[in-house]
Amino acid sequence: MDIQKIRSDFDILNEKVNGKDLNYLDTSATSLTPNVVVNKQVEYYKKYNANVHRGVHTLGSLATDHYEQARMKVRKFIGAKRFEEIVFTRGTTASLNMIARALGDLVINEGDEIVVTEMEHHANIVPWQEVAKRKNAKLVFVPIEEDGTIAEESVQSVMSEKTKILAITHVSNVLGTINDIKTFAKIAHDHGAYIVVDGAQAVPHMKVDVVDLDVDFYAFSAHKMLGPTGIGVLYGKVELLEQMEPTEYGGDMIDYVYKETSTWTDLPVKFEAGTPMIAEAIALGAAIDYLEEIGMDNIHDYEEELVKYAYNRMSEVEGIQIYGPSSDKRAGLITFNMDGVHPHDLATALDSEGIAVRAGHHCAQPLMKWLGTNSTARASFYIYNTKEDIDSLIKGLERTKEFFSYEF
Amino acid sequence: MNFNNLESLYRSVIMDHYKHPRNKGALESGTLTIDMNNPTCGDEIQLNLEVEEGIIKDVKFNGHGCSISMASASMMTEAVKGQTVERALEMGDEFSKMMLGEDYEIAEDMGDAEALSGVSQFPARIKCATLSWKALEKGFPEAHE
Repeated sequence: MDIQKIRSDFDILNEKVNGKDLNYLDTSATSLTPNVVVNKQVEYYKKYNANVHRGVHTLGSLATDHYEQARMKVRKFIGAKRFEEIVFTRGTTASLNMIARALGDLVINEGDEIVVTEMEHHANIVPWQEVAKRKNAKLVFVPIEEDGTIAEESVQSVMSEKTKILAITHVSNVLGTINDIKTFAKIAHDHGAYIVVDGAQAVPHMKVDVVDLDVDFYAFSAHKMLGPTGIGVLYGKVELLEQMEPTEYGGDMIDYVYKETSTWTDLPVKFEAGTPMIAEAIALGAAIDYLEEIGMDNIHDYEEELVKYAYNRMSEVEGIQIYGPSSDKRAGLITFNMDGVHPHDLATALDSEGIAVRAGHHCAQPLMKWLGTNSTARASFYIYNTKEDIDSLIKGLERTKEFFSYEF
Repeated sequence: MNFNNLESLYRSVIMDHYKHPRNKGALESGTLTIDMNNPTCGDEIQLNLEVEEGIIKDVKFNGHGCSISMASASMMTEAVKGQTVERALEMGDEFSKMMLGEDYEIAEDMGDAEALSGVSQFPARIKCATLSWKALEKGFPEAHE
């Protein structure tokens, strides 16, 4: 991997922040966007700006071709068998809401149980809370192990014949834990339940094969994988998507509209009412091309190297507490706190050095409670980060500690 | 590396309030309790106010958050203690203007609050500074009708 070449593909890395070179360590919130992806979006507006799936003019066909090609790229990228299984949504949150509504309506009845884990992002908790309320069902939480992982036995122990859905994250956005989805999918299926996976922090960073994992549903966002905001994906097994009712109605998703009733068109457009995010979908296709050219295994190896380096260097800083599993079992992010310095103050101090880290509860308040804190700081890494970025983070942390330990 | 612009934010009087907060705790005879949080960051504050005939006789706060939000709460309690509710809310309005970079008037009775003026240069932190003042405002909903 030629990191300098990769860095030169991101114009934003030339920006100055507070007079300093940008050191972007907040990819888990949203990734930077390479020029080729930015340009792809512009290309749509400049060359074939037209609506999709309707009309007969040339631009309309061109736009439709590009849009559907992007869907094929996504299909191939995650190893899905059929294009019907790839639904474009607004993002992971929209995908999970859609599945909670459509699958919830289909399979959840009074007294049933929905299983989630304590490490979920709010997007994989709140929609299920609402299904549970609507259906008089129960939400059950899988506890987290001391080391920040989810044990197979813990999942086993909460599953029963009442369990209809297991909703779980592939990679924790706070702990960096990589969950053993293949094993958990088998456990869910052994109990006759469906598995829904939040893949927002996984797909950008490792090879994901939905068929090999044998997941029923898998959700992710483009903006965390070099793509634009406002678009994401819901993968679902075709036989399940076929049984599910759409959650939005209107143009494009119908087969025939009578005065009193209507019928739905085929998958996946049945779940894509209205004009979709056309430019964004096409640009997501360009982001996938970019990632595949580097190779997902190379990306994963590189991030592993970076996170190990960061973990070791940060462990040497006195007063830093790192949360989550050890460095050989985690994805490319490190969530931490500094003794005596609130994470907001820490993030402001680092920002004054051009270093962007996240501070707050990371949309995971139940997990914060488990950690015994209200908020944390997080540094996350991607293909454009270097060991020098981590060195300057360490310097920034030392400076911050010094600044705030001064007796005012 | 220099942290010069940080020093304009974290002035010593702010850090003093953060490390040695005034009026921290709960009032036993509190007549009014207000809870406020900042959902984007998780900061929380609880205000206890003892109000008699339109005067804030006593005030205490509890909560957790960053240095800016906690120092601001400490300063706010110092400023409004003994004031009429009307004057206290006026102070809150002036404080908001200061945060938004508008013309403001911080009178002497507002104590150390002006030390937070540097926060207006850090847009991401304005909500931290205004949290306690917003909590105060929430306690008197009729005042803004």
